[in-house]
Amino acid sequence: MLTTVLKRLMVAIPSLIGVVIVTFLLTRALPGDPAAYFAGPAATKEAIQEIRVKLGLDKSLPQQFVRYVRDLAQGDLGQSLTTGQPVVTEIRNRLPASAELTLLGLIVSVAIALPLGIFAAVKPNSWIDHTCRIVTTAGVSLPVFFTGLILVYVFYYLLGWAPAPLGRLDVFFSPPPSVTGFYLIDSLIAGDLSTFRAALSQIFLPALTLGIFSLAPIARMTRASMLAVLASDFVRTARASGLTSFTVIVTYAFRNAMLPVITTLGMVFSFLLGANVLVEKVFAWPGIGSYAVEALISSDFAPVQGFVLTMAIMYVLLNLLIDVLYSVIDPRVRLEA
Amino acid sequence: MSDLTLGKPAAQASGLTATLKHARYIIGENPVTGFAFGLFVLIVIAAVLGPHIVPYDPLASDTAAGLKPPSRAHWFGTDQLGRDVFSRVVSATRLDFIIAVFSVVLVFLMGGLAGVAAGFFGGWTDRIVSRIADTIMAFPLFVLAMGIVAALGNTVQNIILATAIVNFPLYARIARTEANVRREAGFVQAARLAGNGEFRILLGHILPNIMPIMIVQMSLTMGYAILNAAGLSFIGLGVRPPDAEWGIMVAEGAAFMVSGEWWVALFPGLALMIAVFCFNLLGDGLRDIVDPQRRT
Repeated sequence: MLTTVLKRLMVAIPSLIGVVIVTFLLTRALPGDPAAYFAGPAATKEAIQEIRVKLGLDKSLPQQFVRYVRDLAQGDLGQSLTTGQPVVTEIRNRLPASAELTLLGLIVSVAIALPLGIFAAVKPNSWIDHTCRIVTTAGVSLPVFFTGLILVYVFYYLLGWAPAPLGRLDVFFSPPPSVTGFYLIDSLIAGDLSTFRAALSQIFLPALTLGIFSLAPIARMTRASMLAVLASDFVRTARASGLTSFTVIVTYAFRNAMLPVITTLGMVFSFLLGANVLVEKVFAWPGIGSYAVEALISSDFAPVQGFVLTMAIMYVLLNLLIDVLYSVIDPRVRLEA
Repeated sequence: MSDLTLGKPAAQASGLTATLKHARYIIGENPVTGFAFGLFVLIVIAAVLGPHIVPYDPLASDTAAGLKPPSRAHWFGTDQLGRDVFSRVVSATRLDFIIAVFSVVLVFLMGGLAGVAAGFFGGWTDRIVSRIADTIMAFPLFVLAMGIVAALGNTVQNIILATAIVNFPLYARIARTEANVRREAGFVQAARLAGNGEFRILLGHILPNIMPIMIVQMSLTMGYAILNAAGLSFIGLGVRPPDAEWGIMVAEGAAFMVSGEWWVALFPGLALMIAVFCFNLLGDGLRDIVDPQRRT
């Protein structure tokens, strides 16, 4: 088991190196002179030159790269020009908000997509199969920010069921004492049910938006994979042996159909991390996505770079996790690796 | 000899009629594809003629008539500056369509050709192309597109370039696999024996053979390209106000959604959705025609 994880980790290393090189090149391609930014508008030529030397911008590209990697190894992503805070601190403070939202969105979409895909495969051409087809086709065509706005209009403006789309918690509540950084879990740990309910009502719509967005590929893959497995010989044998259809579908078919679904989850994560940025903007969610968008608008590049790097590293690690999961679910995969 | 020269066009013609027959069968069996094609024609007309046929100037503001709900004079209502939303939605088709078409053509030229070369030559070409594709795949795609547009500057050209780059791995992989299986095919060996150079075989024999699959892919990614571009404009990258573009129009209307002026964001959002829906259906239909085995 441990060797499998280590082997996968080795495969992830070239990806990580590529990610670091690309992020470095992106920052060097940025328009404008960072030294002039830091020096301010009233600086003389000599002052700018001095700062350039201090920042190491007078060195050659490879030398700058070495310096960049060294800073990175010490956990230094630079400082935000607008807030003056180190980028690492800000990303660390905001990451739980994004992670809570993304994970809940994924849970919502898996909770809807798996049953939908399974029932569609069990009863092809039934009304549930048609529903599945409509949902998957419509799901990939809906711009995620548009879904979010429609949900806000219906549930906040028309029905008044949801609170205003303004962040993680209503202003009347104070955030629960931080343990995990996830408000839903922290408020439960603190035993504060009213805060839990308030946090849930705030996160419900953005999570549903992300859920609707990522539902289509999961449902589609579940259906296709279940159809293939249900047509196979061992399912026929299981049925012929007189097992209940529940046992056949859940224990026999579903476990075997899960592998391609888990592979799809990796792709869904890539989409979710991107969609997160848009959803955070719609719901004024104080996560790292909205942090990056604010920085983009004020041409503040250190946070943008930190954000791209964080996202890419998270994505590489998630894919690693999925690969490990894969070998846990299907021991045959481990032999091939 | 005369039989041979006569036989060839006849065979070609029967091949063409067979394809047409097959296409008619697909469309007849699945009217959705026909519907998608009709929508596509409508989008092209709106993109070409849009700015000339709309009732109002899409940029002309009239603050006195701001935020009026849909009426007979303004079918889709007016936005906060009193601009006609209908005229803006229709004229925006051109910009969104241009972004989608150009990014898809660009990614075909980059990813498709690199992939074909990787699959055909193998060795170092393959290693370099695959490594580039892997590195791009290591990023969440929208985040990478954000980073590229932020770094290169806020222009429509860079949106096209960024959308093309994030789609590079997809095209490179498909083209690589397709070229790889044809590498030692009979017709390739025949062309080689006839004295054709490797590059000539690549461009003249391999590429035309994988074009149908690439065209299906292009149709399928056009929807994604529009969504990507609209998403970038929505967060303030790329297209800038007052230009009409669906993503930025939804962004401008977002603030009015919470106060009940739904029409400012709804109509451009619907236009965006319909366009993406149309490209996806069309791609699925094209795939049924080109590659009947992969029908779902």
